[in-house]
Amino acid sequence: MSANTATAPAKALPPRVALRTWVAIALFAGFALVPVLAGLIDDPFLLVTATRIVVFAIAAMALDLILGYGAMVSFGHAAYLGIGAYAVAILSAYGITDLGLHLLAAVMVSAVFAAITGGISLRTRGVYFIMITLAFGQMAYFFFVSLSAFGGDDGMTLGRRSTVFGQPLLEDNLVLFYVALGFLVALYAFSAALVRSRFGRVLTGTRENRIRMQAIGFAPFPYQLTAFVISGCMTSVAGVLLANQSEFVSPAFMNWHRSGELIVMVVLGGIGNLTGAIGGAMIALLLEDWLSLLTRHWRLFFGLFLVLVVLYAPGGVTGLIRRIRGGPP
Amino acid sequence: MTSLFLLQLLNGVQFGVLLFLIAAGLTLVFGIMDFVNLAHGVLYMVGAYLMATFAMITGSFAAGLALALAATLVFGLVLELLVFRKLYDRSHLDQVLATFGLVMIVNEGVRIIWGTSPLTVPMPPLLAGSIPLVGPLQYPVYRLAIIAAGLVTALGLWLVINHTRVGMLLRAGATNRSIVSALGVNVSRLFTLVFAFGAMLAGFAGAIISPILSVDTGMGESVLILAFVVIVIGGIGSIRGAFLGALLVGVVDTLGRSFGPILLRTIMDPSAASQTGRTLAPMVVYILMAAILFARPAGLFGRNTS
Amino acid sequence: MKTKMRVLAPILASSLLAGAAAAADDVKIGLMFTLSGPAATLGEQGRDGFLLALEQIGDLGGLPTEVVVVDDEQKPDVAANKARELVARDEVDFVVGPTFSNIALAIHKPVTESGAVLISPNAGPSPFAGAECHPNFYVTSYQNDQMHEVMGAHAKEQGYDNVFLMAPNYQAGKDSLSGFKHSYDGGIAGEIYTQLGQLDFSAELAQIAAMQPDALFTFMPGGMGVNLVKQYRQAGLASIPFLSAFTVDESTLPAQQDAALGFFSGANWAPDMDNEQSRAFVTAYEEKYGTVPGSYAMHGFDTALLLDAALRAVDGDLDDKEGLRKALEAADFQSLRGEFAFGPNHYPIQDFYLAEVVKRDDGKFQTSIVRKIFDDYQDNYAEDCEMPE
Repeated sequence: MSANTATAPAKALPPRVALRTWVAIALFAGFALVPVLAGLIDDPFLLVTATRIVVFAIAAMALDLILGYGAMVSFGHAAYLGIGAYAVAILSAYGITDLGLHLLAAVMVSAVFAAITGGISLRTRGVYFIMITLAFGQMAYFFFVSLSAFGGDDGMTLGRRSTVFGQPLLEDNLVLFYVALGFLVALYAFSAALVRSRFGRVLTGTRENRIRMQAIGFAPFPYQLTAFVISGCMTSVAGVLLANQSEFVSPAFMNWHRSGELIVMVVLGGIGNLTGAIGGAMIALLLEDWLSLLTRHWRLFFGLFLVLVVLYAPGGVTGLIRRIRGGPP
Repeated sequence: MTSLFLLQLLNGVQFGVLLFLIAAGLTLVFGIMDFVNLAHGVLYMVGAYLMATFAMITGSFAAGLALALAATLVFGLVLELLVFRKLYDRSHLDQVLATFGLVMIVNEGVRIIWGTSPLTVPMPPLLAGSIPLVGPLQYPVYRLAIIAAGLVTALGLWLVINHTRVGMLLRAGATNRSIVSALGVNVSRLFTLVFAFGAMLAGFAGAIISPILSVDTGMGESVLILAFVVIVIGGIGSIRGAFLGALLVGVVDTLGRSFGPILLRTIMDPSAASQTGRTLAPMVVYILMAAILFARPAGLFGRNTS
Repeated sequence: MKTKMRVLAPILASSLLAGAAAAADDVKIGLMFTLSGPAATLGEQGRDGFLLALEQIGDLGGLPTEVVVVDDEQKPDVAANKARELVARDEVDFVVGPTFSNIALAIHKPVTESGAVLISPNAGPSPFAGAECHPNFYVTSYQNDQMHEVMGAHAKEQGYDNVFLMAPNYQAGKDSLSGFKHSYDGGIAGEIYTQLGQLDFSAELAQIAAMQPDALFTFMPGGMGVNLVKQYRQAGLASIPFLSAFTVDESTLPAQQDAALGFFSGANWAPDMDNEQSRAFVTAYEEKYGTVPGSYAMHGFDTALLLDAALRAVDGDLDDKEGLRKALEAADFQSLRGEFAFGPNHYPIQDFYLAEVVKRDDGKFQTSIVRKIFDDYQDNYAEDCEMPE
């Protein structure tokens, strides 16, 4: 049954591909104009919110890469967010403040962690996969909780943001925002190219029919593991940016609720098309902000929203658009 | 040392029995309906809150427990009819999302109804106090009662599943769902029954633990993850697996916490041992799960899905 | 657009204040407490204590006062963002909060760097008491370690020589045990770090039973403490003295009830504090909110008094940063706990007591002062602080 719902995006007709790319470009252009808007209405905080959205969009997009295209529901992806954030914090504590080195360390550690845990997790399927990734996420969480030299459960404040070529450029919120946006656009382009490549086709092929892929000579495991590692590394980039944005790191970045929130973002936007994940991150964060302004009991309404979306708008925003355009459900 | 070990073993078994009560319903729902229910933990919480309320109103532990059980059963039925029923033929992702939302709704709802302060349930006088074990060591009677209640429930479940018609359908359903509906069984009613019964078991766990633990809104979450670990270790859909998995997790977690640092001290110096012990103790259960899944990807008693 | 939980201070007799309000600026205060999740009770007490004072004073320093209440959700990253929002979007002059130390670490930088003043009515983390002290950061409660030092001193005075120590495995837990050992030099029966958020202590209690120590010292805030206290009594260990910090107080006693009777705690105040103002506060608080106020509420109340006094000292001139700082440092207000002064690091110098849980005639539970342990006590970090001019 789940396989049926998942087939729809794979049969995407060429015009729809164009639409989602256009939507993505429109979203990027919209993001690029946020600082102007913030200046017009004199609300510097808008930029902070926008930076968070962009950062979580990167993480959600990375998750969509394996969740949407590879049908691997990772419930422990927040771990990579945490690894990225701690790469900044730990290196900075030793006086290494360069953004490039932070990114390099984050990506390398994530690649190793993803290769090991992915190698074990991918032996399982379905619900078992969800649960074992959750378990690895919790292990990473508890590891950082007991890392008392770097604040343990309390987390630690960053003295300063990462430097670029020795210059404290990111201290300016505006620069940080455009750097984050630059990463989002670049990683979107990379992901879009990846899913269109032969590699991406094998991945989606495995999602649709594993046996057939094996029959025509593809062993799914190396492809799935590679995708899992790539996704982990991309998420850790979001972690590096998140640490810079909040100037604070804590194990709270990586508890299982955060992993759940990443899934929420991907599914809200619609899985398996990258653009949806970006939209989902935007909707989830803005809705949370807006509801918490209205009521202290915002979680009640946020939960209600999630249940209603699943019940009455399956496929998230992209599913909705598809239905409005009269495509297959 | 041996008597302390015995005491810790009892503690581990008691924790395991509690986990079993929660995991039993979860594994049935998982196995038979192929349904990921993140909201199972809140049923445990709701059971405890209802127990606190009914015990206070009636002034009696037994009456409170009976009412709480009935109320969680009804609560489970309502949830099934309103939400879950519509999700059975959806993807796992949709189920994760909807039940994640449900967790938020119920947690916040409980906070609105009962407030944010933790509640407490008085210990029934009959079961208060401790019995002496060895030397200065004592064991609370109430914890023994929990172990007994859990074992009786496990036995009852075993009888129902292996020796009744409903049990036969459940076993058939866990193995092959389409066959059961092909047999002309009203699958929808069976699902509702299983779900409500599972909710009641989780509520029962919450209700009987409430005299020991404070009743608060976070209580469902830590238990939920451990219950997932239990059923994945045991094999999804297997009651026997859930029982053994629960005891394994309960005992390993308890002994790991108390004897892990002592064991480590024999191979490294004390300060390093205590630091390593502290780091490892919370991870032991997850390491156990990863190791078991590495060896047996479908758990101890699960069918191989591939 | 901005329909945040705003609580406009009640405008008193308009004729009296109309002139002042027209002439002076508004003062805008952001309250940040943990108002959701399992620990919400503590945050609610702090918020309610502050708002109660505001209601009694009317307007702080005679300035029209606007209060923005936000919930930090006990998540440091959420808190850091909301703190940024308070200073950047709401442009508050003061942030009062938070409840927990890890939140304080997260919001310290965004608030103080913006030029706003951060006053913590509960969390008193060690880094900001020492080398990282900041001119825009004040603490009206205590430095965290002090409560543990109180219990260490008490254990030493009692002549205990075999104390069992237990705390959750996180920074505050480790600080707690080292704080205890700072003023206690007797023997240690055992030392356990439990998992943060652990609710069943059967394994640890079994070890304590096997050791039969002279006393237990523990730090188990919130729900952990509720469970530990109940299980400690159920396990038949209540004959072993229960010394604690932040484990039995007015926020947890409604759930612990009889199980906590006779258990000890360190305190800088208790609801039976013997002074007129404190008695009036407890009565007013219980009347309005229906619960017994703990030190969380008292600190909130005191913080509002401090702000009121400081704003009056500068005649409501918020632009007089230098004068405002001097006025805050002078702390020229009547604290509910009696004597109160700021040390050079902006942490309080005050008396500390041993408190015990008692049952009142009306059936409610509260802590009660047994005896004074420290007189005009300052934290151990103050000397590392070189406050920038």
